[in-house]
Amino acid sequence: MAEDDDIDCNRALIELYQFLDGELTIESRERIELHLHGCQHCFASYDFEQELRIVVRSKLETQIPRTLIERISALLESEARTIDQPGQA
Amino acid sequence: MADRSEFAAQAMPFSNALYAAALRMTRNTAEAEDLVQETYLRAFRGFGGFQAGTNLKAWMYRILTNTYINMYRVKKRRPEQIDLEEVEDLYLYRRLGGLEAAAAGRSAEDELLDFFTEAEVVTAVEELPEQFRIAVLLADVEGFSYKEIAEILDIPIGTVMSRLHRGRKSLQKKLYGFACERGLVDPLVDVLDGEAVQPR
Repeated sequence: MAEDDDIDCNRALIELYQFLDGELTIESRERIELHLHGCQHCFASYDFEQELRIVVRSKLETQIPRTLIERISALLESEARTIDQPGQA
Repeated sequence: MADRSEFAAQAMPFSNALYAAALRMTRNTAEAEDLVQETYLRAFRGFGGFQAGTNLKAWMYRILTNTYINMYRVKKRRPEQIDLEEVEDLYLYRRLGGLEAAAAGRSAEDELLDFFTEAEVVTAVEELPEQFRIAVLLADVEGFSYKEIAEILDIPIGTVMSRLHRGRKSLQKKLYGFACERGLVDPLVDVLDGEAVQPR
């Protein structure tokens, strides 16, 4: 454990996801960072979880079909005309 | 109050992300297309009620989720306790973490990217029970905060956290199953499986 590191590995594990989710207060975040700095095991597990999330996100990437965008645009234009009609007539 | 003539310009940039989410919700391209189209139509009609300057992306996701529930889920919202097997923390790391060290000079991310195929990740996500799947997608893929997810799904923040926690662990277990199936790891030497699971 690093100097001034007042949390143990169990605490670091409990707060892992909140840390990665950016949901910790600055103070809690700094405490974790200090611990990770001095604890190779926790650093490796945090790193792994973060990388895994990046991998999952990249594997799920998908492109909306161009035809669908065109269909939606046309639909919205036609809907706008229907809504505006009574006022303009 | 938001101006309807601004809707397309403001909302269309989210179409790709909404389609990706719709695809994971419905697990079917035709239904995903219908869902996104219907979401845009409902959002357009309701845009007058959108508070300009607030979070339009979260608002669109809320409509997407509600539309999905209305269109594709005939069954009523199921209660919270769906059987998700209890999975220990750091499930995948404890089993695959060592692989990172195997190839020097490559990052852990590269290792994992090569390790799981796109089809495996998609299947693992799509096999998650719906309520866990949607929470995990909103957090890990879309990057919404707990508070935003709570608002999108209309559930308490504590429920968001518990769904994420259980959903992520279950996802890891499924991914590990694929690794075993492909013979990338040998489940027989998986001594960790006998480990006692800590009650939460």
